[in-house]
Order: sequence, then structure tokens, then C-alpha cells
Amino acid sequence: MDLYEYQGRALFARHGLPVLDGGVATTTQEAREIADRLGGRVVVKAQVKVGGRGKAGGVKLAEGADEAVTHATNILGMDIKGHTVHKVMLTTTADIAEEYYFSYLLDRANRTFLCIASVAGGMEIEQVAHEAPEKVVKKPIDAVKGVDEALAREIVTEAKFPADVADQVVDIAVKLWQAFVAEDATLVEVNPLAKTPEGRVLCLDAKVTLDANAEFRHPEHAEFADVAAVDPLEQRAKEKDLNYVKLDGEVGIIGNGAGLVMSTLDVVAYAGAEFGGVKPANFLDIGGGASAAVMANGLEIVLSDPAVKSVFVNVFGGITACDEVARGITSAFDLLAQRGEAVTKPLVVRLDGNNAEEGRRILDTAANPLVTRVDTMDGAARRAAELAAQGA
Amino acid sequence: MSIFVNRNSRVIVQGMTGSEGRRHTARMVAAGTTVVGGVNPRKAGSTVDGLPVFGGVAEAMKETGADTTVSFVPPAFTKDAVLEAIDAGIGLAVVITEGVPVHDTAAFRARAVAAGNRTRVIGPNCPGVISPGACNVGIIPADITGPGRIGLVSKSGTLTYQLMHELREFGFSTCVGIGGDPVIGTTHIDCLEEFEKDQETDVIVMIGEIGGDAEERAAAYVRERCTKPVVAYVAGFTAPEGKTMGHAGAIVSGSAGTAAAKKEALEAAGVRVGRTPTETAALVREHLT
Repeated sequence: MDLYEYQGRALFARHGLPVLDGGVATTTQEAREIADRLGGRVVVKAQVKVGGRGKAGGVKLAEGADEAVTHATNILGMDIKGHTVHKVMLTTTADIAEEYYFSYLLDRANRTFLCIASVAGGMEIEQVAHEAPEKVVKKPIDAVKGVDEALAREIVTEAKFPADVADQVVDIAVKLWQAFVAEDATLVEVNPLAKTPEGRVLCLDAKVTLDANAEFRHPEHAEFADVAAVDPLEQRAKEKDLNYVKLDGEVGIIGNGAGLVMSTLDVVAYAGAEFGGVKPANFLDIGGGASAAVMANGLEIVLSDPAVKSVFVNVFGGITACDEVARGITSAFDLLAQRGEAVTKPLVVRLDGNNAEEGRRILDTAANPLVTRVDTMDGAARRAAELAAQGA
Repeated sequence: MSIFVNRNSRVIVQGMTGSEGRRHTARMVAAGTTVVGGVNPRKAGSTVDGLPVFGGVAEAMKETGADTTVSFVPPAFTKDAVLEAIDAGIGLAVVITEGVPVHDTAAFRARAVAAGNRTRVIGPNCPGVISPGACNVGIIPADITGPGRIGLVSKSGTLTYQLMHELREFGFSTCVGIGGDPVIGTTHIDCLEEFEKDQETDVIVMIGEIGGDAEERAAAYVRERCTKPVVAYVAGFTAPEGKTMGHAGAIVSGSAGTAAAKKEALEAAGVRVGRTPTETAALVREHLT
């Protein structure tokens, strides 16, 4: 989960990192209250999870509360690269003498954590690494040993931070690591880490990504969930414990296992190319135990997408028995009819693996005119794409 | 001799007393695996379906000569379970559990490295490893196919089953599900290296998916080191940027981690890449008939 800047800033503050005073507003009234409290010059920043907001006019400096309110009025509701601005953050300002960069992140390739530090901050670190690689220090961090003061000092020295800020940056490096671990983050990035003309070092931005797998030990992270920005169908699926991702095609997809479902999307897209460019409408992994209730919930979510013209149910029974899946499908029709959501779109079902014969027999016996059984994955994908093209 | 597990493997189950652990222990035993006991500190001294429950991994190893452990413990306790297995010095630790925080995985990975890689960790969030007809450690169905000369390594469980099914007339030396998390104990490359050495493996099937650069690194490895034919499949060509597709590690960020880049790297290394699982199976078949 990626955090908004204001959430990252609050999280940094909780871990004792130096950030500017400020607050977040969803209305101009709230913006005025924050600007009044802060007094004097303030920065108004659009809160969106996309880069380039400064260029888009989403970051403005105000001399006082009235001007801050004007900026907030203009920025709230603004569209930045397809993201609507629902919140603005207001903070006090700081003059900047120098800009640095500091981050910790998960390094998948080396299966450990990585610290990246540079005295050339304020721009994309990828750009610095490309133009002046000698200015970027990358240090692998042992997940067990972590970052203590000695290692932090080593990094600060190696990255050639100026002597007058070294102690402050060492302190920030240690606290940032503590925040990274304590919050189960996979990224904490400060860019710019700024030095004021008075020699104070401040975190002027906060980019944080949290590990969704660690939610069980961070109930407090629930406040970061961005319900408004989530697709409503994805939200409903999540409430039903279904792993659903909305896409923009016409063939609804239900399968078991993340890899098989991803593969199903591809196979449908290839087949769809032959039928006027029909594409998969979603990713939905119903996981191991595909009971009737799970299948009904899955079908309900997939069919709530008005773009869906046909549905492809692709199951390889590993532990799951295909006869259970078949029974799940037939009773899902009844369940949905009872809920007043009777199925009207055609389903193509491919069952293979554990008890596939029995599963196929159950579907044949039920003889639902909306259900077509095709026993190969590629063939079933073709049929589903064809039906979607006919229904479009 | 297959890789990682064989008919001589002696297996203990961490989390055997839980419902999943118990169910899959029975399946592993039915598949011919020598399961010698389980571990649960709170239920030491009891038995589950006739198998003894020990208080710790070290004790279980001492009492039973176990060389392999498979863990079904819940995500909150997985880190401690795997650290215990590593500290006990067991040779192989297969971690089935899904939803393990990446800081925990990184921690046990670091501990395994610090201990001199005595313990090979496979997973987490994986279906395990099977050498059909000899040993099954995890949840891969044992009845899809039998022993043969294809080696398979995959990030995905169901795609493993699908390919085993497609190629069931040939059988497999070993199938390894390495899991789709961002940090894993055993990589594609580790498996390629073992399959290359394995006298029972003639052809290698490698299944990848979006996210990270493991497939690109594996491609480089194949080009430099593999003499056996390698056929690959990559899932996720239609996955949009920035969306996690089921597995925690399956995400395209910017231009990194795309299926197209992986396919290109593999093909540049001389690996044939199937467009669908069925087409991939057909490419493998060409090497066997």
C-alpha cells in the first residue's frame, strides 16, 4: 500500500523524524483553519499518488491564510494525470540551501534491503544514478543486523554528506530505519532531505509503501486505507475476501490460483484478438476451496461489471475437487436468482484435474443453457471471447 | 536422483496439529512420503494420526533423523518457525504459508545465509516440492502424474499443476514451486543449477510471472551454464501497471517486471517460450519424442 505524502509525513513525525508542521484538509474551511494555526507563509500541496504535481499546478506557495485558501480552492478537485485531488496538505515553509536524498527499500534481486543515499537530491534518484552514478551510494542492509549508528555514519561518510550536517543525517538515517522496520514498510524515501540556510536538516517529502502482508500486526494502518480511491467493485470483492482486480475488457474471468488466473487473462486476450479485440474484464482468484458460496460471490462481483458480456470459469482442481466446483457453479445460479441477481450472461467452464470427470458430468446433467463446457483452456478461452464479441 | 527431495527424505511437519497441517500430512503420507513426526511446542508428547509430536525442530531431528521440514504455521508465527528450523541446522525447510510479511522472510533469509546456507529454504507462499513416486513435501497433488525426466520450477502453484497435467504422459523428476512472493528462499536459478546436475532430468520447464527480474537473471544463467534444453512460460502479459495480481510479488512497476521483458530476455538466451501453457507443453514434448 502506497501512502499519501501527508500520511507518510505523519508516520515520519511519529518516529521522531524532523518534518515541517502542518495538516491535511479536504475542504477550504479546513484549509483556512490549518493556515491560521500555522501563521505566515505556507505551502499548499495536492495529495495524489502520482509524480509531476508541481508542474501540474498542484503545489503553491502562499504568503498568508487568505492566499492559502485561494490555492486550496483551486487545487481541490483538480485533475492531475487522471487522479482527482481530494485532499491538500498545508505546511510551514523552509528555505532550502541544499537538497539530499535518502531511502530504504526492499531489494528483490538481492533478497535483502537496500539503502540509497545521495547528496544530489530534489530530482528523481534514477536520473541522478544515470547522470552522476558516483553521487549515489547503494548499501545492502542485513535484515537481521539492521542500521545502527555506526553503519549510518559509514553510509553518510561514503555518500559524502557535508561535515556540518553529518550528525543530523546519521540520526535521521537511524530513525528512518527504525520506522522502516517498525511499520513493516517496503519503501521509505525522503526526497528532498533538505538543509536550511541555518543548517537544520528536514524531511521535506515522505514517500512510504507498506507491506499488505503485515496488516495483521498493524491494525493502526487501517486508517491509511483509501476507500474513496478504490474501484467500488474491488472494494466489494475485498469485503467478501475475494482477490479481484478490475480491468477494462468484456470477458469476466474466474479462476483458482494467481498464476493460472494471470495466464487465463493472457489466453483470453490472445483469443480475443481474433474477435474484434475482446479483452479480459477482470482478475479474480477464488483460491483453493471453491464452495458454492465463494463461486456465487465471485460470479456476482464479476457480473456486476456492466462491461462483462461473457464469463470464463477456468479451474484446475489441485486440492480443490472439480465436482465441488461444478456443484458450486450450479448452486451459484440458484443463489444469485434468490438474491434477485439472476445470471443472464453466458458462462464458459473449463474443469480439469482432481475429479474433473465427475465435475463435467454434473454440469452436463444440470444442462443450464447459459453454461458451455469446453475441456481445454485455449478452446474455452476462444469460446468465451467469441460469446463476448457476439454479446457486445 | 531428482532434486531436493527423494525416497530417502525424512520429513517433519511444523504446524501438523492444525487442520491444514493435519490434512496435508495425511496426503503426503498417502503419496509415499516418509513423514516421521510433527512439531508443536504446546502439544509435545501427543500424536497426530499415529505420528509423534515434538516440542522443537532440533528434538524432532534428534529423535527421528529428519532432514526436511515443511511448515503450515500461520503467518504470524512463520518467522519463528523457520528461524527455529534454520538454527536446528535442518537441510531443507519448505514454507507453504501464504501472507508472510516480507520483513519476516528477509529475516529468515538473512539468518540462513549467516548460518552458511546449511538450510535450503523453499517458499514462502508456495505449493512445495514433489519428486513423483518418491516424496511429496507440501500440497502439490501427487496423483496428476508419475516419475519421469522433466524438471519443473515455477512461481505459481496452479500453473505447476496445469503443466504437470499437460505433460502427464512423460512424468517428472522433480517439480519445485518456489512461490510468488517478493523475497523467496530458493530461486529459479537455484533450481536450474540442480536440474542441470541431476542425472534424472533431461528437459527443464521454467514458469515465471510478472514482477521483479528473477526470470531475466535466470535467462542469463541459462545462457552461460545450462546444457539441457529449457522451455519457459511467463504469465501476466495483460497485467496492468501498479496492480498486484494475486501474488504479493506479481506487480509491474513502470517498465520493470513486465512479462514482455522476461520473454525477450529468455528468448535471447535461447530459451523457447510458449504463449500459453498448452503451447509450452507442446514445446517440451518436442524434446522428448
